[in-house]
Amino acid sequence: MESLSFSFETELSAERRVHVGVVGSGDLEVLLEPREEGGAEVSVLTSVDGYEHVWSRVLDRFFSRRPLGGRYEIRDFGATPGVVSLRLAQAAAEAS
Amino acid sequence: MTRTGSWRPTLARRSFIELPARERSRAILDEGTFRELLGPFDRLMSPWLPRQGIVPQSDDGVVVARGEIDGRAAVVLAVESAFQGGSIGEVGGSKMAGALELALRDYDDGRPVRPVILFETGGVRLQEANLGLAVIAELNAAVSALRPVVPVVGVSAGMVGCFGGMGITAGLCSYLILTRQARLGLNGPQVIEQEAGVEEFDSEDRALIYAVDGGEQRFEMGVADALVDDDASLVRDTVRAAFSLGVPEVHRSQEFGRYGELVERAASSPPTDPASLRTSWGRSEVSQRLADAVQEIEETPA
Repeated sequence: MESLSFSFETELSAERRVHVGVVGSGDLEVLLEPREEGGAEVSVLTSVDGYEHVWSRVLDRFFSRRPLGGRYEIRDFGATPGVVSLRLAQAAAEAS
Repeated sequence: MTRTGSWRPTLARRSFIELPARERSRAILDEGTFRELLGPFDRLMSPWLPRQGIVPQSDDGVVVARGEIDGRAAVVLAVESAFQGGSIGEVGGSKMAGALELALRDYDDGRPVRPVILFETGGVRLQEANLGLAVIAELNAAVSALRPVVPVVGVSAGMVGCFGGMGITAGLCSYLILTRQARLGLNGPQVIEQEAGVEEFDSEDRALIYAVDGGEQRFEMGVADALVDDDASLVRDTVRAAFSLGVPEVHRSQEFGRYGELVERAASSPPTDPASLRTSWGRSEVSQRLADAVQEIEETPA
């Protein structure tokens, strides 16, 4: 298990808090809440160690396409980058 | 029904099994009444899992929802099978037991609440050992305290089923609703195989598992009261119908004399087969009344 954190500059901000996903095999849960200070703070707790560089790239790509600020809390149970991207997109869609 | 038409009702159904716990609770409650207690943002998580290198979940795999069933106050407790196999840990189990204790307090204050438990669980979370056992005992005490005054309705739809200590909780419910995909038991197939050997029970033999633990067998043996298709609105209507029957005169778990004899007879005779168990045990006495009540609800225009 590994704990990671990232931050990103953003233009927009989440309007409401949303919860998507489940900490089940190959999946993850995302808790997204508005953040008054602006920007995005992302904390990741993942069952798979040693993939910080992959998380960094997946999140980079997500925020470059969808710069939605907020506090992102991710608990991951071995989701692939594709599943991570879909869950992030789902959370962002429901929060904006 | 013609062969060409027979797939349409199947296609029109909304699967209950495929819904995650939160959506299952929503499906049971009257539309628009769902309100979650101690939800994900309360972050009431297992303190034990991270210490063992396991990622916890923000709701510890249990959804507690207040709302209405047929316009009456209700509380639905749903186990999320995708998180840790639906196992019951200290936090999730306490959420369930606490919600039922509150329901009893509400009843004492003149505000009856209809309790529903959606079982999808292998029982105690082994990583939380005794705490998990203790909390299931609390849950069973809460069900036993509540059921003389308001029916406690259990549902297990699959695909995990309901095993271990939670199999006892299901057995304590006033009414139990299963699908064909559900499985109900005390020791699950893998536990039996591990403890008694593959000659006793082959946990990879799906046909054997369903012949013994499967929803249809359990219904025909009378340890469940309804067998429904995997259809969210049918499950909801069957829950409503169960509440319309009120508190049963005698709860199944109070008939230990009868069940003791049946178990003894099965144990002392040569190994029996699932089909003859159906004949000797027989369906639950309320099953017909429940089926009639469901039909009445289904035929009533919304």
